[in-house]
Amino acid sequence: MSGQVAGDALAGHAAGVVETATAAERALGLADHLPVLVVLVPFLAAPLVVLLGARRLAWPITFAAAFFSLAAALSLLSGVLGGDAISYHIGGWAPPLGIEYRIDAANAFVMVIVSAIAVAILPYARTSIAAEIPARQHVLFHALFLLALAGLLGVAATGDAFNLFVFLEISSLATYVLVAMGAYRDKRALTTAFNYLLMGTTGATFFVIGIGFLYMSTGTLNMADLAQLIAQQPGNRTIHAGFAFIIVGMGLKVAMYPLHLWLPGAYTYAPSAVSAFLAATATKVAVYVLLRFLFTVFGPQYTFEAAELTWVILPLALLAMFAASFIAIFQVNFKKMLAYSSIAQIGYMLLGIAMLSQTALTGAIVHLFNHAITKATLFMVIGAYVLRAGGAFYRDIEGIGRVMPWTSAAGVIGGLSLIGVPGTAGFVSKWLLVQGALEKGWWWMALLVVASSLLAVVYVWKGIETAYLRAPREDVDRREAPLTMLVPIWIMALSTIWFGLSAEWTVGAAGTAAEALMSGASQLLISGGAGH
Amino acid sequence: MQGANWEYLVGHANYWLFVTLMMTGLYIVVARGNFVKKIIGLNIFQSAVIMLYISMGKVEGGTAPIFPLDGEIDPAITYTNPLPHVLMLTAIVVGIATTSLALALIVRIREEYDTIEEQDIWEAEQEISARERRQYGEVFGEAGK
Repeated sequence: MSGQVAGDALAGHAAGVVETATAAERALGLADHLPVLVVLVPFLAAPLVVLLGARRLAWPITFAAAFFSLAAALSLLSGVLGGDAISYHIGGWAPPLGIEYRIDAANAFVMVIVSAIAVAILPYARTSIAAEIPARQHVLFHALFLLALAGLLGVAATGDAFNLFVFLEISSLATYVLVAMGAYRDKRALTTAFNYLLMGTTGATFFVIGIGFLYMSTGTLNMADLAQLIAQQPGNRTIHAGFAFIIVGMGLKVAMYPLHLWLPGAYTYAPSAVSAFLAATATKVAVYVLLRFLFTVFGPQYTFEAAELTWVILPLALLAMFAASFIAIFQVNFKKMLAYSSIAQIGYMLLGIAMLSQTALTGAIVHLFNHAITKATLFMVIGAYVLRAGGAFYRDIEGIGRVMPWTSAAGVIGGLSLIGVPGTAGFVSKWLLVQGALEKGWWWMALLVVASSLLAVVYVWKGIETAYLRAPREDVDRREAPLTMLVPIWIMALSTIWFGLSAEWTVGAAGTAAEALMSGASQLLISGGAGH
Repeated sequence: MQGANWEYLVGHANYWLFVTLMMTGLYIVVARGNFVKKIIGLNIFQSAVIMLYISMGKVEGGTAPIFPLDGEIDPAITYTNPLPHVLMLTAIVVGIATTSLALALIVRIREEYDTIEEQDIWEAEQEISARERRQYGEVFGEAGK
């Protein structure tokens, strides 16, 4: 019976809420259902948008659902910042047999990032997609956006390994279509989406194989349970193989350096609003899954002592930081430059993971947040340029700093944060990474982080030079971006500065998350006992 | 020794099958140029995983996991583990969704490029990027203009 719940995950969710709600003796209020509602509301809003089919209703419903998720995620985060975890049993089936949603500081933080970015991007998307996607597709765009959002939130919320795969595929499938919608501007979006689908599906299938190996040797899919049982069989070859499959599969979704080939095209040819949303959320959630498996399920000891993963991830992270930044410098398309820069920034996060210290891991999680808002700002700025100048090539944006001063100023802030200039969000996380390296006595690593930031100076400067130091082109639309785009852009740009100046909140939340992850399985079991 | 090896080979027959299918599928995805064939490869790859899960649920001497209608379960009867099967129901659904989406994309690619051969599409795209570089790439050659 519990298998049915586990397997038919989607139906399970819908049925689960009803079932628990009718159990009057348990008298659970709405607030107790937040861990599942945060995922369920956007998930159910998606078919609602399609069934209503009205273009006027699509946006308000989407926005309301995303806003609800943000509020719910914030309330969950405030509940777990003390270091506790919330355990929610879908349909009242107790884990490890039933599906458990387990919210702790790490995934509540990720859910806040994802839903906040969605809320900020939606007003912007309304104007942006009106110019980039034909009107008859708008309803479907919103439904897909909701599905992608629900999938990403579900991946973060769930404490069940197979359920995670299902949500991963929900968000991925929606993402492939969203990327392909860029075909109205450039037909290469189609082949890009197809390649993304091939690589994404291969990655997800690798992940399922890994989960299968773990299930084979432990008989459970619940992450806390897996953690406990894996710790009991340190020499098991099947678990080793499962570990390898999971890391490679997730590496594809993260765009870990040699597995990044799907990313540049997907970010370049997708509609602007989709690029901004994807760049800020999709890879970040995959990084979270990687963290969850490396630290919670396998435990730091297993991951880094048995598998010596530091020396696998570290070179790849460094390669990403340098090679991808270097490629970014030579792009003629601003959007593609940002895409390559994203691969480099993912390198920083992997670096923080590979260094395996509290400080470095905090740095990686803060960078996850900071890079999300930085890249969202920059991709939104590019979207505004595309709207007015008609393209994202450097040639198109010559002198645009004088034509669109407000948009460009926000772009400069984003660029500075990308470099890691003090006073912007990017500085905080890079500072933590450098600190983490110095704590370990790896001064060479600290130098490498700074050196790769210098490469970022080069590609950001290229953008600034083109936008400000050249004569504006005559043939472009000489208006500032509309307010519906400008306001979200500036909200993002200002939050980049805000989180650069007052980093207590992000560093505090990330620190709690890192602490929970570093203490690994033992922490989970203590809090898990309280949840049952 | 010879006997033990034989036992090892036969005892793991399902895994050999799984490994062969999986590598065949993955090889087709990588090696074939035709997009539809790539998707067929992806399907074989996914089917291999389904085989792995299903065979994993088998309990020696176990029967189909269907309880009698009256709910009185005889503890003497061994049942096969139904959980992997149920998991694979979901995986099949995911697989179908992926395949149909991929085929839809292929139709659109055919409409835009007039081909679904990787090599031809690659060449067409190289041409587009070369044109873009010619058109937009000289920006940094002529400074300050």
